[in-house]
Amino acid sequence: MMKGDRKYIVLFLLPAAAFLSIFLYYPFFKSMYLSFFRTKGFTTKTWVGFENYVRMFSDDLLGAATLNTLELMAYVIIFQVGIALMLAIFVDNITWGKGFFRMVFFFPVVISGTAIALLFVLFYNFQFGLLNTLLQNMGFDKVNWLSENMALKAVAIPTVWHYVGFYFVLFLTAMSKIPSDFYEAAKLEGITGIKKTFLLTIPLIMSDIKVVITLAITGTLKVFEFIFVLTRGQNDTEVLGTYMYKKALVDQNFGYGSTIAIYIVVFGVLLSLLANRLLKRDEISY
Amino acid sequence: MQSVQSGKKPIRIKPGTVFMYVVLCGWALTTIYAMFWIVNNSFKLSRDVMNQSFAIAFEPVMDNYTNAFDRINIGKSYLNSLIMSGSTVLLVLLFGGLAAYVLSRFQFRGRRALFSILYASLLIPAFATVVPVYELVIKWGLVNTYLGLIFPQTAGNLTFAILVLAGYMATIPKELEEASFIDGCNRWTLFTKILFPISRPAFASAAIFVFLWSYNDLFSALIFVNKEAVRPIVALLSEISSQYGTDFGLMATAVSLTVVPVLIIYLFIQRFIEKGLTEGAVKG
Repeated sequence: MMKGDRKYIVLFLLPAAAFLSIFLYYPFFKSMYLSFFRTKGFTTKTWVGFENYVRMFSDDLLGAATLNTLELMAYVIIFQVGIALMLAIFVDNITWGKGFFRMVFFFPVVISGTAIALLFVLFYNFQFGLLNTLLQNMGFDKVNWLSENMALKAVAIPTVWHYVGFYFVLFLTAMSKIPSDFYEAAKLEGITGIKKTFLLTIPLIMSDIKVVITLAITGTLKVFEFIFVLTRGQNDTEVLGTYMYKKALVDQNFGYGSTIAIYIVVFGVLLSLLANRLLKRDEISY
Repeated sequence: MQSVQSGKKPIRIKPGTVFMYVVLCGWALTTIYAMFWIVNNSFKLSRDVMNQSFAIAFEPVMDNYTNAFDRINIGKSYLNSLIMSGSTVLLVLLFGGLAAYVLSRFQFRGRRALFSILYASLLIPAFATVVPVYELVIKWGLVNTYLGLIFPQTAGNLTFAILVLAGYMATIPKELEEASFIDGCNRWTLFTKILFPISRPAFASAAIFVFLWSYNDLFSALIFVNKEAVRPIVALLSEISSQYGTDFGLMATAVSLTVVPVLIIYLFIQRFIEKGLTEGAVKG
């Protein structure tokens, strides 16, 4: 500690602390506070105690949004994380073209979800979309991709596709950190190919898989633009984010909207804790 | 496996390897073809997008592009996006960098507590702050101004940036700082002349991710800056999907115009992104 350091500590922390306090912490606590009020826009605000929370538990639409979010989460964990892991294992095992695949797989990540959603609007369009044109060319009937019983799956596809590359790079990086003598030892034992992947690679990157699954869970709770652009939450595709947006900002029901927001936070924390508990393993260090 | 195999000279093609390449190329095709399809269709008239979406536009028509710039003023949205996301990045790097410097290089009471608070705030999504922030932004008259989006987004990205930068700065040897002290640096010049240049890779990757997240954030844009004069490109895209949902050519063009510049920049800065990810930055 140098002389005058206290001054710098305060001075340097101040701007960040101010921003975080004004636009993150204060609003977060204010949201909690607002969740106990019945509101009409910004004009009236009446204290109603736990009324919003009681309403929340009997809100069928919120229940449906929760189930849809969970279904989407299942797709994300199984397919997004699964495909990313598979692609990473494959790229780790090939010699030619590694750099190319890294580049190409990552690039949907840099594109905005809104643009990807719009792209899929064109793919799914009933009359003229890419998919139905393909089906017709092959002699099949057109499919209504955004109908009630398919819409959520149709929305899940761009959601999954968007971030596969992100987790792919995280997995590949984790794999590249495994010391090569592990593999050499395994080879002497005759462990190669698929056996090597399941006995060595996957157990050794378990902690990264855990991180990625936690990221996937919290990420799914933030899904918004795909649903907003593709279906506007119709045909049973409402998720927590879009429902909160509708209640709080379209209906201007700030009280109940805040209650839903708090629900999303609690839900996210509980799910992350649960995932960490379920995936609890002894950490391997090398 | 690559390290084990690299010693062998003759190339044997195993069915497993072929299978792996087929899957990898298949996935690569989904990303490449999707981009090709959209750009290709942006050069066709709307009715051709509908009828012959697979045909290659050998005779490109520029109608959609003139429409995009004249009718929906996409250029203005571009500029809005650049100004707002650019400013967000600058503020986040400056304030985040200073905070990270203190948190990683100073020993003081409450340091651990501050880190815990930062980690905890990663769990607060925008949904949980948006209503009170909206109220504030209205009260300060910032709705539909650039600052109305810049401030909330700066706060939203600061935590991530501080954790990434602090993680990187913590690895810089102490001796370097001591030496510069003897050379007469104070804490501020130390930050600008020593810490910042050394931590440039971390700053670069933080900048890239903050820019992307800010540029791509539809939720905040819809709420804080939805007026035509200030709205960023994501808000425009969502507007197009509801207003011009049947003008396929225009939609293809709008998507292309949003995506292609980002992809070109991505190709140039790809190694920084990878570096940021490989240094465990995102894992926080």
